[in-house]
Amino acid sequence: MLGEQIIKGMAVTAKNFFASYVSKDRLTTVQYPEERLPQKHHTRQFPFLVYDGDDVQKGLRCVACQICEKECPPKCIYIIKSKDKKVDYKGQMQVYPVTFDIDISVCMSCQICVEVCPFESIKMNTEFELSTDDRFGGLLLTKEQLAKPNSYYQKVHPEAAAESDAVIAAEKAKAEAKAKAAAEAKAKAAATVAEPAPSPAPAATPPPAKP
Amino acid sequence: MFNALDQVFVNALHWLVGFLPEALRPLVSSLLAVAFVLMVFPGIFAIVTVIERKGLGRIQNRYGPNRVGIPFTKIRLCGFGQFIPDGIKSLTKEDIVPRAADKVVHFLAPVVMLIPVLLAYSVLPFGRNMTITDYDAGLLFFFAVGGAVEISVFMAGWSSHNKYSLLGAMRAIAQMVSYEIPLILSAVTVVMIVGSLNLNNIVAAQNHYTFGIAHWHVFTPWGLLGFVLFFIAALAESNRTPFDLPEAESEIIAGYFTEYSGFKFALFFLGEYLGMFAISGLGITLFLGGWTAPFSFLIWVPSYVWFISKLLGIIFVFIWIRGTLPRLRMDQLMNFAWKFMLPLALINILIAGIWHFMDHDWLRWPVCSTLIVLAYVTLGRGLMQNQKLGKRIYRFAE
Repeated sequence: MLGEQIIKGMAVTAKNFFASYVSKDRLTTVQYPEERLPQKHHTRQFPFLVYDGDDVQKGLRCVACQICEKECPPKCIYIIKSKDKKVDYKGQMQVYPVTFDIDISVCMSCQICVEVCPFESIKMNTEFELSTDDRFGGLLLTKEQLAKPNSYYQKVHPEAAAESDAVIAAEKAKAEAKAKAAAEAKAKAAATVAEPAPSPAPAATPPPAKP
Repeated sequence: MFNALDQVFVNALHWLVGFLPEALRPLVSSLLAVAFVLMVFPGIFAIVTVIERKGLGRIQNRYGPNRVGIPFTKIRLCGFGQFIPDGIKSLTKEDIVPRAADKVVHFLAPVVMLIPVLLAYSVLPFGRNMTITDYDAGLLFFFAVGGAVEISVFMAGWSSHNKYSLLGAMRAIAQMVSYEIPLILSAVTVVMIVGSLNLNNIVAAQNHYTFGIAHWHVFTPWGLLGFVLFFIAALAESNRTPFDLPEAESEIIAGYFTEYSGFKFALFFLGEYLGMFAISGLGITLFLGGWTAPFSFLIWVPSYVWFISKLLGIIFVFIWIRGTLPRLRMDQLMNFAWKFMLPLALINILIAGIWHFMDHDWLRWPVCSTLIVLAYVTLGRGLMQNQKLGKRIYRFAE
């Protein structure tokens, strides 16, 4: 009969209306600032810089090689290299970034900087509440704002951080072995040949690509 | 004491007016009554916007607005303060007038929308002795000013110089003109039975009780059918879903008020809701006994409380329907109006006549009920006969 289905539909909506007050499971939305859903496993928002240890200046893994700056599709990274050098995480003398800015109003979260970085230095953050009332300065993150300890990275992305730590450990071991071999060779050379051989370069690894 | 509570507004008005010289009294009295209407019904509008959003949210298993309460405190009032920021927002928005628009008509349309809607309130009885004008042709006046709303819709659609506005206005006028006929014809039955166009007399005719149950017109067969027809036509007249083709936002943006923003948009919105309240108020007056109580043991509740609670009840059903039914197509809308509503309304007039002439005969109950069921089933079959359900066939766009 005419109107039968309308009555049925009205019954369905009435049921939804009253049941949503009774059972909280029906409600699909959460009350955001108070209630939060757990973040997705591989969630990523904007990049940050990883540093080891407690000191930002000393532990920063970035060596200002500027690969990320060049690869960045929207060109949101701005790096100024240092004139002097400091010891990096492998124990080698490297330059470091004096300025490292990311404009997150330009960044498109593509993660290319993370993929090209040979130093496990830039990673994706999960922070998403970045709204600010200053749309120029507030969205331009400086080195100090970007730098986060490795423990933070291990917290937000445990699996990826473990992989990254393994890579760094392997590299460190390799560098140590090489240094050891070089030292041994040096000692041997010193032992066999009376006169001292010209000392090799501080490290066998080639310096990072220079612009 | 209950009587004093019932007449509190009337007595307050008389007391206030009593301080004035004799010559000024009628003028000030009507101005105060108008001010009262202008205060109460936009107030209900403000609350109803929140109720509607919350109700639709709950129907869709969401919370709806639940944040805004008293400012600078943690009190949220379940979000019932939401209308204040909504109002501030629409008042502070930029008022954009399209360059190609007919500026004068574009400006006048929202005003022309609101004035007849507010005029319609002048004849509605909100409570015992609470009618602004006791007008003998009240029902006629109501429909006459209600018809003027169509002009404003057309003004808005035409002056905006926008194809969506014009499409929306065309749809709105076609729809409003079509549904005005069943609306008026279903109201005619009440006039036939009561024998008066005065809305106060119509309420007074329903203010009797048999076995403790009121003589509301909706409790009679012809009244029930008339009320259903009136309700459907009122839905269409106030452009509510499933008859919201004039402002179908998924098809033609916002229909005739596409080019309106800021306060003008708010006026259209207000006019639409006030029109909805007015026509619901008329439905209450005609069929649901106006301000009278449904049962004789409840007559101690003040009359205006009954009116407002019936109004909110009808509005709740409006919201419920909006949350349930999808929008009709234009041809379905027209078929429904002309092939179903109009014949049924005409048959209902006949049935009301039979009811009137079989006075005090218990046989009129089964006779009228059978006639109504027969008419409904036959017309319903006829309406559903030519329906082709199934996959849609495109003739030209393959």
